[in-house]
Amino acid sequence: MGRTVPALLVGLAVVAAGMVLVLVRVNPYFYFAGYVILQYVVIATAWNILGGYGGYVNFGTPAFFALGAYTAVVLIRSLKAPLPVLIVAGGLVAALLGLGIGYLTLRLRGVFFSIATLALSVVLQTIIMNWEYVGGSRGLSILRPSGPPFGNYGVFLFTVMLGLAVVAVLMARFIERSWIGRGLAALRDNEEAAECMGVPTLRLKLFATTVSGFLLGVAGAPFPYYVTFIEPNSAFALDYAVNALAMPMIGGTTSWIGPVIGAVLLGTAQQVAIVTISSELNLLLVGVVLVGFVVVAPEGILGLVRRLRTR
Amino acid sequence: MFSWDLLANAVVAGLLLGGFYAAVSLGISLIFGLLDIANIAQPAFVIVGSYAAYVLHDAYGFDPILTGILLTPVFYLLGALVYRIYYASFERRGDEALRGLVFFFGLLFIIEVSLSMKYGVDYRLVQTGYLSRSIEFGGVGIAFRYLVPCVIGVAMTAVLYLFLGRTFYGRAIMAVSQDQAALRLMGADPIHIKTIAFGIGIAAASLAGALLISIAPVIPSTDRDYIGRMFAITVLGGMGSIAGTLLAAVILGVVESLMATFFGPSWSLAVSFGILLAALAVRPAGLFGR
Repeated sequence: MGRTVPALLVGLAVVAAGMVLVLVRVNPYFYFAGYVILQYVVIATAWNILGGYGGYVNFGTPAFFALGAYTAVVLIRSLKAPLPVLIVAGGLVAALLGLGIGYLTLRLRGVFFSIATLALSVVLQTIIMNWEYVGGSRGLSILRPSGPPFGNYGVFLFTVMLGLAVVAVLMARFIERSWIGRGLAALRDNEEAAECMGVPTLRLKLFATTVSGFLLGVAGAPFPYYVTFIEPNSAFALDYAVNALAMPMIGGTTSWIGPVIGAVLLGTAQQVAIVTISSELNLLLVGVVLVGFVVVAPEGILGLVRRLRTR
Repeated sequence: MFSWDLLANAVVAGLLLGGFYAAVSLGISLIFGLLDIANIAQPAFVIVGSYAAYVLHDAYGFDPILTGILLTPVFYLLGALVYRIYYASFERRGDEALRGLVFFFGLLFIIEVSLSMKYGVDYRLVQTGYLSRSIEFGGVGIAFRYLVPCVIGVAMTAVLYLFLGRTFYGRAIMAVSQDQAALRLMGADPIHIKTIAFGIGIAAASLAGALLISIAPVIPSTDRDYIGRMFAITVLGGMGSIAGTLLAAVILGVVESLMATFFGPSWSLAVSFGILLAALAVRPAGLFGR
């Protein structure tokens, strides 16, 4: 527990620094871009709990993210539920899906698991596209509630996402340092051997898929209010799947800080590229950086740093 | 009122579609089914084949299918190059499973984004005189647009089947999929054999792409629709069984066609992924399991 308290304090300090940034008047675009980067911190961290610690590559990130977003849409349309309810509900529904794919790991390992998650994403997108209540394939406009607690609504959402990012990173850090993280690392390296040594592999995998799904859903829940127009192609965008992989891979998958480094670097680079060059080129950047890192530096930036230190 | 005519038309359309799906899936059946390389970038190579056929047709009026056949050597070399990179970066280090998968996923994304930067996101289609005709048998219409790709798909299946069973290199590919170490002991180089097999798999994408753009309009992101179909067919067909690939492709084609006819085309995509999920969950060995 000795190191948990300082970590909590650092987390609180980050939130406080964000609040100060909110008070200082800067260009509104900063919040708009910052929200996306923070959202990617949550997504990359969530993906890494299953993919980095447990070694199960999930291509279905868009499915969980969009499930969180569309759960929010349903609650906004039916109950006009407040944002905290949307976030918790979106997370819980996505966590249920996570539990489902956790049971899938009983039969499917490695490549087959990854392909199944990709399939899941498409099936879910087809269902949403045929569901008129949430806008179908045409999409749906979402009105932001009037009167946010402070600032304007964009600033408010930025602060909320900052808080969620801190919570997600703290959760990942806690999992990594507990027996759960050690168990997941054991099953990542050799699932049969871990099972034989008495590691409860199924329970660990179910835990990892559920928590990972929960956080991805949480990241998606405020999305309808952020974009104010939700449609399946943007909610299920393949960009989320690629970024969710690329960011931890670039930062380093074995530590909680890896996805954060990756998300901040790649997320910022993408936001700059969107403004200065074009939105397609920024996607190309992600792809090239991902392939480059996976070929040249498979341990990510953390691995490079470690290699330099031991030299 | 149930219409038998409609049913007959849907089944025939599905059978024709199945032949075409076989053409699309043969490459991945070879690469994923036999070599165990999870090349999820395969559909992107098919789309590259489509755009090659489109560009040459647009500029010089080349026949798309002829282009697809003539470009196979180029695609073969491209495939051989991709495999060499994959081998040097992942297989030799022994961490091909997960990082290799990420590598191909990145490759898929790069190809897709590059195509949409060069050609935009407009739908492209190649139309030629003979493809737009159709014939009719007792109320069932057969469009050449579907008949030609189906015939070529079945022909490709037969050629690959004979190649794998009858030729030296074909048998070597079958051997490498069974026991790589044993092949090495027999004095053959498994890496060389796998390079050839991967090259052939990508070469098949050239022709498949040309067929695809003759059947329906293509945009760079069309590859995503085919990821599920290809892997569903390969898994259902029994991982590397060539005859199984054709059968699974026909089953998928008929089921999709029936869904599209009776429930609407927006559901047909969910069919392939649904079949894939079911096949993976219930019987991963497929219909013709090894």
